[in-house]
Amino acid sequence: MSVVPGTRRRLLPRGRSRAGAGLSGTEALALLVPAMLPIVILSVAPLVRGIYVGFTDSRAGLGLPTHFIGIDNFQALLHDSLFVSSFKIGLIWAGSVTAIQFCLALGLALLLSQPLHGRWLARSLALVPWAMPAVVVGIMWKLFFQPQAGVLNEVLRRGHIPGANIDWLSSFKWALPAVIIVGVWAGMPQTTVALLAGVQSIQDELHEAAAVDGATAWQRFRTITLPQLRPVIIAITSLDFIWNFNSFGLVYVLTDGGPAGKTQLPMLFAYNQAFKYGEFGYAAALGDAMVVVIAGVLIFYLWGRLKETTA
Amino acid sequence: MIVSSHPKRAKTGQYLVLLLYVIFLGFPLLWMLSVSFKGPRELVELYPSLIPDHITFDNYSTALHEADLVRSAVNSLKIAVITSLVTTMIGLPAAYVLARRRGLITRLGLGWILLSQMFPLILIIIPLFLLLRDLHLTNSHAGLILVYVVWALPFILWMLQSYVRGIPRDVEEAATVDGATRAQILVGIIAPLLAPGIVVTTLFAFITAWNEFFFALVILQSPDLTTLPLRLAQFVGIEGIVRLGPLAAAALLATTPSLVLFTIIQRWLTRGLLSGAVKG
Repeated sequence: MSVVPGTRRRLLPRGRSRAGAGLSGTEALALLVPAMLPIVILSVAPLVRGIYVGFTDSRAGLGLPTHFIGIDNFQALLHDSLFVSSFKIGLIWAGSVTAIQFCLALGLALLLSQPLHGRWLARSLALVPWAMPAVVVGIMWKLFFQPQAGVLNEVLRRGHIPGANIDWLSSFKWALPAVIIVGVWAGMPQTTVALLAGVQSIQDELHEAAAVDGATAWQRFRTITLPQLRPVIIAITSLDFIWNFNSFGLVYVLTDGGPAGKTQLPMLFAYNQAFKYGEFGYAAALGDAMVVVIAGVLIFYLWGRLKETTA
Repeated sequence: MIVSSHPKRAKTGQYLVLLLYVIFLGFPLLWMLSVSFKGPRELVELYPSLIPDHITFDNYSTALHEADLVRSAVNSLKIAVITSLVTTMIGLPAAYVLARRRGLITRLGLGWILLSQMFPLILIIIPLFLLLRDLHLTNSHAGLILVYVVWALPFILWMLQSYVRGIPRDVEEAATVDGATRAQILVGIIAPLLAPGIVVTTLFAFITAWNEFFFALVILQSPDLTTLPLRLAQFVGIEGIVRLGPLAAAALLATTPSLVLFTIIQRWLTRGLLSGAVKG
């Protein structure tokens, strides 16, 4: 996301000559405080403390003493098979949802930029999940996957396609793929909107010139659309990955991590540790580990993209 | 953009793909709508159809007669209204500074807005829970509203400051030359010009609070305090499988306010979120 460069203004003298820029330090501070104070007290400070709690034996009970225990929690995590599997599931989930979502949203964005009749319908439908509570999205897909009264199995039954008797959300094999599809559906709006804005900002002249030179549609997609979209693609896929890895409500409603932990995302695991078993320290350590994993994946990803650009 | 050497065939292909998108995006919605209009007998039939044989509004009246659901809807309304008003009121002055003044605090503020997206909520909620417990604000709407305000602020600030940027500085300069004070400029000039942006942002904050689930799950315990998403999630756990019809109806009713508001603001919303984000 860009921030308007402030170089032009710095050349001007401070004072009332430029509106807004003439805000004195005290004035600016007075205007900032009502928003910044709550953010610092209820967001920045808790976050810092939360990172620290991961290194303590904090528990939920009132008046229990808390001790600094160094990296004990993290050592325990590494020996916790539930932790390892939940992070594996988290990475599979976030990776697949982000990748599938990106492909589908890119296709949709390209279609929506075409003069097609009825594209308003697809555009509106693609935005709907944005307005829906995650809980309702979960309920909706539960109705969809319902083994007896659900529509998916009915379609399979009528089409004589195998799988009509599967209880998708309770199946060891199918629960995770099913949940991934729901994740893709729920995240379509943000991704599509970002990519559509990117597609529309590409100048038509580039495509026209390439068409005159005899480039095929695929060549133009490869050499114009994709490179021009690069910054948007990198930004939105990174954000999607973070959001998905940290996601909670959707899967909580769909499967609550089941069957037998097959869809236990890291946030579900951490929530259970903290608010079912009262293991605040352990849960915070889980949160710390999530930050490390997200940062690691992002660095790896962004570094790869960067190398591509310079190569 | 993608024009193949067979324009006609390409067009047909595009419409076909567009249709597949419409099915993927719209079918689950249509199914929930269909279930919500089916009577109990039709819901247990072995071969369910998309269009109900007999359209009934019983599920909706059942949902509206559930005292728990109605009470939780009132709770959600109260919490979302207060959250959105407070967030916009304290966010507006700060957004003005963020948009108009370059400096360390501004850069820190904007940096935090982006950085805060990265951290899992579990890291924030545990210390917040401890803090609210010390203040005796857990299991209370006041505590939840406090959390919602802080949680919505980064996004709200980001949107508002991009709207402020949209107002030309010349307008303010002219007023300064005419001798208007800072307060006069903010209230008399900026606020009216910003009105559409303020409305969009407030409604967005409302939707965010109305839809939120995780914080409510952690902070609220008493059944009479629950919000709508919380109540719906319990509904799934306890009796959802048995009573699909009322569940679908309740879920649809719960979505209606956010969907209506979202339809009103979506044009401005996407503009506010993406201005400066794509080209730059």
